[in-house]
Amino acid sequence: MIRNWLTQLAHAALVLGLAPLLTGVTRKIKARFLRRRGPSVVQPYRDLLKLIRKETVVAESASWLFRFIPYLIFATTWVAAALVPTFATGLAFGAAADLIVIVALLGTARFLLALAGLDVGTSFGGIGSSREMMFATLAEPAMLMVMFTLSLFAGSTELSSISAYMVGAGAVLSISLALALVALIIVSIGENARIPVDNPATHLELTMVHEAMILEYSGRHLAVIEAAAFLKLLLYLSLIACVFTPWGTASVGAGAVAYAVGFAAYLVKLGMLAFLLVLFETAIAKMRVFRVPELLGVALMLGLLGTILLFVSRVSR
Amino acid sequence: MTGLETDIAHFLAGTMVLVSFLLLYQDRMFALLNAFAFHACVLALSVGWQAYLQRAPHLFITALIALLFKGVVIPVALHRIVVRLGIHRTIEAVVSIGPTMLVGMGLVGLSIVVMLPVTQAAGAFVREDLAFALSVVLLGFLMMVTRRNAVSQVIGFMSLENGLVLAATGARGMPLVVEISVGFSVLIAFFVVGIFLFRIRERFDTVDLQALEMSRGESA
Amino acid sequence: MSPLLLNQLAASGVAWLLIWAVVALVVVRGPRTSQLIYGACALICAVLAGLGACALFTPGAGANALELPVGLPLGRTLLGLDPLSAAFATIINIAGTIVSGYAVGYGTHAREPRRVVPLYPAFIAGMNLVLLAQDAFSFLIGWEFMSLASWALVVSDHHSADSRRAGLIYLVMATAGALNLLFAFGLLAGHSEGYAFSDMRRAAGSTMGAVVLLLTLVGAGSKAGLVPLHAWLPLAHPAAPSHVSALMSGIMTKVAVYGFIRIVFDLAGPPAWWWSIPVLVVAALTAFLGVLYALMEHDLKRLLAYHTVENIGIIFIGLGLALAFRASGLAAAGALALIAAIFHVFNHSLFKSLLFLGSGAVLNSTGERDMEHLGGLIHRMPVTAVAFLGGCIAISALPPFNGFVSEWLTFQAILLSPQLPQWIPRLLVPAVGATLACSAALAATCFVKAFGMTFLGRPRTSTAAEARETDRWSVGAMLIFAALCLLAGVFPGVVMDALAPVSRMLLGTELAPQLTQPWLRIVPIAPERSAYNGVLVFGMIAIAAAVTALVVRRFASHAMRRSPAWDCGFPDASPATQYTAGSFAQPIRRVFGSAVFRARERVEMPKPGDTSTAKAYIEVHDTLWEVLYAPVIRVVDATTERLNRLQFLTIRNYLTLVFTALVLLLIVVGIAR
Repeated sequence: MIRNWLTQLAHAALVLGLAPLLTGVTRKIKARFLRRRGPSVVQPYRDLLKLIRKETVVAESASWLFRFIPYLIFATTWVAAALVPTFATGLAFGAAADLIVIVALLGTARFLLALAGLDVGTSFGGIGSSREMMFATLAEPAMLMVMFTLSLFAGSTELSSISAYMVGAGAVLSISLALALVALIIVSIGENARIPVDNPATHLELTMVHEAMILEYSGRHLAVIEAAAFLKLLLYLSLIACVFTPWGTASVGAGAVAYAVGFAAYLVKLGMLAFLLVLFETAIAKMRVFRVPELLGVALMLGLLGTILLFVSRVSR
Repeated sequence: MTGLETDIAHFLAGTMVLVSFLLLYQDRMFALLNAFAFHACVLALSVGWQAYLQRAPHLFITALIALLFKGVVIPVALHRIVVRLGIHRTIEAVVSIGPTMLVGMGLVGLSIVVMLPVTQAAGAFVREDLAFALSVVLLGFLMMVTRRNAVSQVIGFMSLENGLVLAATGARGMPLVVEISVGFSVLIAFFVVGIFLFRIRERFDTVDLQALEMSRGESA
Repeated sequence: MSPLLLNQLAASGVAWLLIWAVVALVVVRGPRTSQLIYGACALICAVLAGLGACALFTPGAGANALELPVGLPLGRTLLGLDPLSAAFATIINIAGTIVSGYAVGYGTHAREPRRVVPLYPAFIAGMNLVLLAQDAFSFLIGWEFMSLASWALVVSDHHSADSRRAGLIYLVMATAGALNLLFAFGLLAGHSEGYAFSDMRRAAGSTMGAVVLLLTLVGAGSKAGLVPLHAWLPLAHPAAPSHVSALMSGIMTKVAVYGFIRIVFDLAGPPAWWWSIPVLVVAALTAFLGVLYALMEHDLKRLLAYHTVENIGIIFIGLGLALAFRASGLAAAGALALIAAIFHVFNHSLFKSLLFLGSGAVLNSTGERDMEHLGGLIHRMPVTAVAFLGGCIAISALPPFNGFVSEWLTFQAILLSPQLPQWIPRLLVPAVGATLACSAALAATCFVKAFGMTFLGRPRTSTAAEARETDRWSVGAMLIFAALCLLAGVFPGVVMDALAPVSRMLLGTELAPQLTQPWLRIVPIAPERSAYNGVLVFGMIAIAAAVTALVVRRFASHAMRRSPAWDCGFPDASPATQYTAGSFAQPIRRVFGSAVFRARERVEMPKPGDTSTAKAYIEVHDTLWEVLYAPVIRVVDATTERLNRLQFLTIRNYLTLVFTALVLLLIVVGIAR
């Protein structure tokens, strides 16, 4: 019991520690693809430390909400990331790790971030907030459809049960799962503000959605928000890894060796997914803003199609 | 038939439905041709797998014909025609993308609702493939209805054809003579349409079925 | 407490409300007397809520209905609290108490208190009478009384032409709705000996059931606000004073939901499998269109009214699912769907009332309802802002507040749909689920806009810059609502267990008791299938936020300075450059609105050399009004024009008409014999 709790806490600390490293690795691989040397993989840690030690500049028209929101965003994203199984399933809070809850927690973070964008009263924040919420209106139903497909397979909405089912069922080659995977990938790209939806590396009005909302943040507030963004990327990649490539994940109470194996497998999966993400980002250009709803609509349709086809093949229980 | 084998057949049939949606989504000519080539390749794979499952060697020939003609010859020829006619602009659809996709989903649901209860006698595996095949046929129809460009209508007709082939192989397998006649009729249709396109183009200097519009990308 | 005593006390509560209404008519003169009346209402509502809660936990509550000696000669007048009535009575009177508390502060600002204050207790009395009624006539009398009282409140601001028009449309649609309900009850009573609910239950047969369903869907649905019968709602709810809007939107719509549940689940008998299909389709459309309409609005109260339409859609999705499951014999799944729907009724009464009260506070302080003239109110009205923010987060279905719990339960019910045997509902339900998810995301967008434009940013007008916080009664009431929203989200098991008697009464089964679950989590079906722990989620968020804040405080630099906002090198002090409500909704307008509302944007640029400003126009068509209502209004107008000629006939013509009618009736009698 106590060991279970400790494992859960270690897991929460682990995701927090790994998140900047994941972003660092992603940036390094991308730089290599672009024939640059790129920053060191631990640069995001240095960036966070630098930001924390800087003076915070707050706009004159900002309210108390502006200063509270970064911590709330970070808290909800961290809680959601801590609920996604990484090296082991069935952790202490696994009973609360309902997929719908995780997506809703990310929704809370997004809601608060959009409010922060509107707080200062400039048009940059307005651009970011309105576009972000528009993307969300299509990304959330797509995510929900993916969840329906997965829960129809596994008979449960809890991530641990879904992961365990995927491991146990062997190579279940189903069109619905493939559709769900594609939809989940599209939603992940949209939610994490990667190309082709948004460019995480620039600060131009034309290309920024996420960056526009946090334009006014600086110092320790910005550090907290950046950390939340790193966590979100880790969350989505972990989600794809634990559901669609569940091999190697330990089950709870399996012992230190199984945990170590699970951890190594997790690192390998994250690395591969980061590589594939960067490959996709480098190969494609950023979309015009009003083509993104088409892309997300495609994800929604794929998810819905996957659910309907699953009803047809009666694999559900 | 083991579970994995039926799963693969299922997977390939479902992929055909997915690629039909992909065809509906395309609005650039060359991408549309590539997607159609992909559609034919998936059909060939699906028919080939059925040949393996049903131990019916003549279906391999069907798969080969589908791959060669519809996967290679026709797309390449259409590519040449498109370049010759100079119509590699965007395709203007009659209805915008969102409602088209929604109607497509509705058609898939409709084919499921119709096919599955009707074919109670056959085995579950066959019924599901029939439902998918009907979806592909209906989506091909939808494509013909919602496109203004003659070439894209031809593609819609071909994808409808592919759906029929899928249905035929899924049900009981087709004798070779039927396939040859179907293949030849497709070729003849293709020649007719090609000649037609050239005549239209000479006459009217365009194959766009609506008057030229100057709108550029904004769909409002 | 014995059931009969409960019924007597509840009936006397209603009677007391009516007495106070009459007293108010005589006594009300100014702020002090208004406060007295509102305070009395708050007390009586609190008592009624307590009685409702008692009745929920008293077994056999519906047995002895109180029989009044008054009433129509055709039937008995029965009043009583059975579990369904008790649940709704509790919900409605809790909200009523808090809104009356708000009105103690807000009602002092009314221009003509005589037009509002006497009708307020009458309105609440009407709603409670509908809930207490155990026979068709009392139900309908209460229903009409409720409609009339609310109509009078809508037109209380009779100087405004908008209010008068709103009142006319409301009256027409309320009458049409009540007529449908009259027919529904008539059909139900046709097979039975009397008009009491117990008689109708005994004679329930499903031959007329389909017609009863459709009539109730139209009748109760129009009062609740189902599309396409919602047109009166966004006109009438904003026209009334804010505390009345809160009652109408948060509570009266729930009475309509009660009417639907009573007739379709209780009186109409066992449902056929296809009954759920029209309900689900209408509900999904309502949810989607309601929130899209809300997004196009920049009047705060109209936005909230349209949003009520969306939430009614969500409630009816739950009810439709319950019907589908019940028709297929899946009682446990039906119980889950029903509990989800009624939980959402409770949640909506809390957060929608809160939001309307907040808009009333804003209206009071600034005199503005239009978000394009507000902004920056978080600095001037901090406590209202906090309460309003709580309401916004709750209504967007975000954890840890209560809106999320009812949505989660609805999604769990949707996930049970593969068990349905028929194909059409089985395929329809995932589509409905996708629509529900889309509506929830759109609702979050809507409330980012509402809160962001009203409270955040910089003030767009001088009235917004000089606003002051409202009185402490209003603020207190709003904070109580916000606290209830949070509590219901963190301890949902309490609410679910309280609603168990309702599902036992209507469906014969109930969910497992939630308060016995470990860690106060809720488990609707089975632990390995799904579970939600509100306490855990709230606790984890709180702890994580506290830990982060502490760590950052400890290690970070404390230096902070204020500076002008980032302006990219073009300093512009005008607050007009910030995003407006219209600009925030522009992406949604482009993506969804161009198809649904034919929304078009157009910019008129002045000619070169002309120094006048450019103008941007946004054109949005209310497609439903143009397609459905406008032709009907035209036809009615044309017909009445023709029929008007009947006023001007000669005496001989009238005699001919009477004679013809007499002869026709005799022919009919002859044939029938």
